Parts: sequence; structure tokens; C-alpha cells
Amino acid sequence: MKAFVTVNLKAGVLDPQGKAIGHALNNLGFDGVTNVRAGKVFELDLATSDAVLARTQAEEMARKLLANTVIESFKVEIAA
Amino acid sequence: MKAAIVVFPGTNRERDIAIALEQSTGIAPKIVFHRETDLSGFDLVVLPGGFSHGDYLRSGAMAAQSPVMAAVRAFAARGGYVLGVCNGFQILTEAGLLPGALLRNADLRFLSRDCYLRVERTDTAYTNLWQKGDVFRAPMAHGDGNYFADAATLDRLEGEGRVAFRYADAVGNVTPEVNYNGSQRNIAGIFSDNLRVLGLMPHPEDLVNPLMGGIDGKPMFDSLANLLAA
Repeated sequence: MKAFVTVNLKAGVLDPQGKAIGHALNNLGFDGVTNVRAGKVFELDLATSDAVLARTQAEEMARKLLANTVIESFKVEIAA
Repeated sequence: MKAAIVVFPGTNRERDIAIALEQSTGIAPKIVFHRETDLSGFDLVVLPGGFSHGDYLRSGAMAAQSPVMAAVRAFAARGGYVLGVCNGFQILTEAGLLPGALLRNADLRFLSRDCYLRVERTDTAYTNLWQKGDVFRAPMAHGDGNYFADAATLDRLEGEGRVAFRYADAVGNVTPEVNYNGSQRNIAGIFSDNLRVLGLMPHPEDLVNPLMGGIDGKPMFDSLANLLAA
């Protein structure tokens, strides 16, 4: 199975990178962009075919390494 | 004093720390590699600056999972002294040995410049030769030095007297103008609850000899030599 782990800075944590990207989008003429938050996506290939187990494993990986939960939140999506 | 300096792939400031420590203590520290699992027999363990594991994922995140970090954790739990400078500070927060995290500098720039640090506490192994409120110059060189912790954690650190150094001007005023990287409450360095683990972003080891342009950082290493001489 595949697991997609999306990691983003928590609300309230300053994201200067997102801000800079937002300014660049505005400069390109995308005036409607009012805010950008930059994050990361990890695409994990997992040996298991059990979606519940895959989610549990991916969440543990996110907590232990992929995200720093002091500053980041994460979301796990499972795909066949 | 027996000191170990931990080297990860990408660490590059171990010799500077070694020079500073040897000058103050008269004993050459031992360089220890990241696969080491035993730190018994040392009084002080230093995590120096650099770009461990290429700063992949987050600065310090990969190094925090190294075999040696289990030994550093055990060493700290036994009451050992652990100093993390720059990338070493990032590793200590990623390993959970110090609270908070180091975010990208607020202006997104890699900052390579001198700053001034105000000494917030002097009854520690690292700062006992300074007076409270003393200011010293220290070079900084980092891209991720923006100290962040939630408000409750910051209040707890302040309440427990665990802020070691703050970014200040040359006479000790703590202002937004000198908070170059955007750190919460101008925090440049913090202690663990037993005051034996210290992490800071700037490099006191860069100014320990007149040939380097000053000896502003030398009191930190003399302090360590002082306390651990026994």
C-alpha cells in the first residue's frame, strides 16, 4: 500500500517560506492568493496490504521522524 | 575534565570546539563518531555546529536518530553536561533533550554575522565567570535559528530561569532590532531543567583567542574548566 504523509507547520507558527511564495504568486499576477503555507509530502511504499495497519505505521513514523510535532502537524492518507 | 565532541556526517565545527576546550582545560577532547554507543567516563559531551546529514528533513532531525544520541540521552539522564552549539542546539531540540524548535530565520536569510548575547544566569557550569547582565559578542552562522516554543513552554522556561542567553545590543538592551533571526523573546540559548544541558545558536568558540579577533567567548570554556576541574 501507499501512505501519503502531509506535514505542515501548525497554525500560529510563522511560515516565512509560505509568505515568500505567496508574494511571488502575487507578483506573477495571481492577485487572489491571500495566504500560502508551505509543507512537505512523503510518499511511503509499505509492505502491508492492511489499510488500518498501514495508517497506524505511517502515523507512528510521522510522530517519530517525519514531523516535529512541536511545530508541525501531519495528515495521513492511504491509497491502494 | 574529559570532554567528548560528537561528529556526525556533515559536522564541521568540531575542531573549533576542541581548540576552545583544550585551551581552557589543558586537555584535548576526544572526537567521538555518531555510531558510538558508549559515553561513560566523560564529564562533558559537546554537539558542535555544522550541517549534520545535510540538514535533510529538518536541521538536526536525522542526527537526533543516530545511535550516539541514545548514549547522549543516557549521559544527560545521569546528570552529565551536554553542550549543543548551532546545529548541536538543533539536534538537542529534535532529540527532545531541550524544549522548543529552531525554525527557518524569519527573513529567510542565512545569517553570518556577529551578535551580542546577554547572560541571563550565572550560577551554571557554562556561565559562572560572567556577571548577570554581562554582554558578550559571538558570531552567528545559521539558516534555522529562529527559536520557537508555545507560549506555555516559554513562560515555563522563563519562570524556571532556563533562558541562558538573549540577543541584545552591545550594552544589553534586548530589542526586536537585534533579534536577527526572529526568535521568540530574543532567546539565543536555553538550559535543561537541571541546568546541565545547554543549547545555543551563536558560536562562543569562535572568539577564544586574540588571533581570532577577541576572547569574548572564552569565559564559557573557562567556566566549564572551573567547575569540572575537581
